Amino acid sequence: MSEYKGMFKVGECAKYYGTEDAKVIHEEPKGVSIHNVHQHDAVIVGAGLAGMFAALELKKAGYDVAVLTKLFPTRSHSGAAQGGIAAALANLEEDHVEWHFFDTVKGSDYLGDQDAIEMMVKEAPKIIYEYEHMGVPFSRTPDGRIMQRYFGGHVKDFGRGKPVLRACMAADRTGHVLLHTLWEQCVKNGVRFYSEFFVLSLILKNGKCIGVTAWDLINGGIHVFQAKATCFATGGYGRCFSITTNSHANTADGLSIFLRAGFPLEDMEFVQFHPTGLAGSGILLSEGARGEGGYLINDLGERFMKRYAPDKMELAPRDVVSRAEWQEIMEGRGINGQQYVYLDLRHLGAEKIKERLPQVRELAMKFAGVDPIEEPVPIQPTAHYSMGGIPVTISCRVLADGKEKWLEGCWAAGECSCVSVHGANRLGTNSLLDASVHGKRAGKDMVAYLSTNPVFEVLPEDAAEPAIKEVEWLLNSNGPERPAELRKILQENMYTLCGVFRKKEDLEKMYDIIKDLQERYKNIHIEDRGTKFNTHLMEAIELGHLLETAEIIVAGAINRTESRGAHYRTDYPKRDDENWLKHTLAWRTEEGVKFDYKPVVITRFKPEERKY
Amino acid sequence: MAEVIFKIFRYDPEKDETGRVQEYKFEPQPGWTVLDGLNYIKWNLDGSLAYRRACRHGICGSCGMTINGKNRLACETQIKDLGTSVITIEPLRGFAVIKDLIVDMEPLYDKLYAIKPYLITKTPPPTDKERLQSPEDRKKLDGKYECILCGCCTSSCPTYWADRNFLGPNALLKAARFLFDSRDEGFQERIDAIDDKHGVWRCHTIFNCVEACPKELNPTQAIVDLRKLVIRGRL
Repeated sequence: MSEYKGMFKVGECAKYYGTEDAKVIHEEPKGVSIHNVHQHDAVIVGAGLAGMFAALELKKAGYDVAVLTKLFPTRSHSGAAQGGIAAALANLEEDHVEWHFFDTVKGSDYLGDQDAIEMMVKEAPKIIYEYEHMGVPFSRTPDGRIMQRYFGGHVKDFGRGKPVLRACMAADRTGHVLLHTLWEQCVKNGVRFYSEFFVLSLILKNGKCIGVTAWDLINGGIHVFQAKATCFATGGYGRCFSITTNSHANTADGLSIFLRAGFPLEDMEFVQFHPTGLAGSGILLSEGARGEGGYLINDLGERFMKRYAPDKMELAPRDVVSRAEWQEIMEGRGINGQQYVYLDLRHLGAEKIKERLPQVRELAMKFAGVDPIEEPVPIQPTAHYSMGGIPVTISCRVLADGKEKWLEGCWAAGECSCVSVHGANRLGTNSLLDASVHGKRAGKDMVAYLSTNPVFEVLPEDAAEPAIKEVEWLLNSNGPERPAELRKILQENMYTLCGVFRKKEDLEKMYDIIKDLQERYKNIHIEDRGTKFNTHLMEAIELGHLLETAEIIVAGAINRTESRGAHYRTDYPKRDDENWLKHTLAWRTEEGVKFDYKPVVITRFKPEERKY
Repeated sequence: MAEVIFKIFRYDPEKDETGRVQEYKFEPQPGWTVLDGLNYIKWNLDGSLAYRRACRHGICGSCGMTINGKNRLACETQIKDLGTSVITIEPLRGFAVIKDLIVDMEPLYDKLYAIKPYLITKTPPPTDKERLQSPEDRKKLDGKYECILCGCCTSSCPTYWADRNFLGPNALLKAARFLFDSRDEGFQERIDAIDDKHGVWRCHTIFNCVEACPKELNPTQAIVDLRKLVIRGRL
């Protein structure tokens, strides 16, 4: 170690962003005690598309809304979405919302609730135009309208026709432009952000949600956020797996906070594996690559999709393609017998690749050292999207019992929620749509609720008790276990034992591993004992969330003895509508995971076999 | 791969009077990026190391830092491409250090707010339809809309080091993204901020920002284009 002679100004600690115009009720010394109590009409947790759309609706209606995020808003993972956002605009060819409706139902393997799906696809065109009016730089057709491309599972004529141009796109940076544009609109409208605030717990009183507690990452200290309306938009949990497209931040925080408060999660066994993750890291290559005509090739140089989806080939939905890849790999036809196959774009030509798939090319070059113009790209299935989540109504109200009873004052939207519009498998480009439509719907419903003039409930004395305990325990922890080691064991085993193909023995083994890890977690230690920007503290808290959420995923996967959508059991390879055409609700209790079920809402399309 | 040494700037506001350098030796796997190296250190050698990271594929803009003297995203920088076994990693220059590699980005965001970073329109949009924009007009946004707010450009700018009120390449590129958008009608709203001694005229065309941008954008060109726009607009 040597003294640093650089050009930095140190010790000029960042100014505190949290209190400038918030109503500070009382202040206590910093540290693990309560630092500040803030009051806002509405508090949103998470600043991706869902969170910011909700915030915008509230702000435009004149309410005082605060958005809490453990990152900075534009770092949210919505920005990583590449290919597009679905809407039947029919800008280039005939398309109808009813076709989109059918495709989404079929894609969900009939587990999606059809009332919710119908509403979403009907609102899709409106939300795209709203985005355009906000300033999203969409790619354009020759006549100046929004450009659309093909995407897996989106076809004409109620599943009978050819693929349809439905995915509205901005090159292959669609999520990035939507996220930045929403943030710009929030800036314009004066939405208040608490960036780098890490939410720790719900505050409940008399069966109502009256706010959250959060840890101020920059300065340290617990903050209490009191709200009349609280919305969770915390995204997914891909970090339960070692190979994932998800950000380091997608650690199931929001979901496990609900589990801890005694609420159920819905359909958590359904985790989508994206077929085109860069081999080794799992970094996402857009499905746009297949939408533009990319081929999938095995070691024999065959377009192997002809055996699995002879009609739609590479444009079959993600679960089908991921399983096809894994099947090829298991049968020894991975490239050189390894756990990957090739995505071949060469026949598209340099010009098309550069214009339509610039980011795919950049990612392949930077992270795999392969230029898709010259060479095929090694890819493997990668944990991508969480269909399950916090059970909510069609207006995004959180269901305390998973079925009917609203947890008053609480909403959830986007990937952390389960409406359910994706059922057992989500179609590509429906996630940005879900986050946007339901973020907006949550915001609108919160506005309606706030207009009835609810009051701020008096905070219970122990409002921040669980949060304080958790942080104090970790800051003083000195057991032998290292968080990174436990996380690695969890993630690697989840990928192999609870991945694309699942079976009873593997899943039970995984469940035992998780129980063992949960015990070991009690004996961890962290190596940073400070309160200022303690990223080791944050990682340890996130690991706790991952361990609890993974338990629900695996228990659900053991419990569901059928194959549907993204959940594929080799020991139960058929879909079983007689016993399993229903949503799983799972609670985490002292005695293990407890299950209940609720029926799927079927309004128009009767379940039929799902073939592509 | 052979062993490498990461020489990392460390500063803990609760312990250190000033910054220091700490060395970590390890053997990276083939294909590792600098971020993979930092993660390896954090997860195996020293859990107290603080840095920002999120998407790890160059789209979120969290992990801008100075690597071997050049501003880059840690997640996109292959260790082997650096061509040295001793790798120096420092926080982005020009911003106050909060802890280790984490800097206070708020001044960067403040400059963005100053140029009104959102589409400004006066003509109402069509109801339930998109505004039209020709592919040629849309093409004018290429090289401008892709910015990820990582701060690598502004942090590399000597003019910004000398004048902390300079809007900097990041905010000016963002201003260009809107001013060259055929749908935008916010010239008057933005002109006073950019046509200012701390605005477009402060740039000395040093081109550090161009070299630093991990998305290969050209803020200097955008600033020059803005100058022409300002002059034409003022005439």
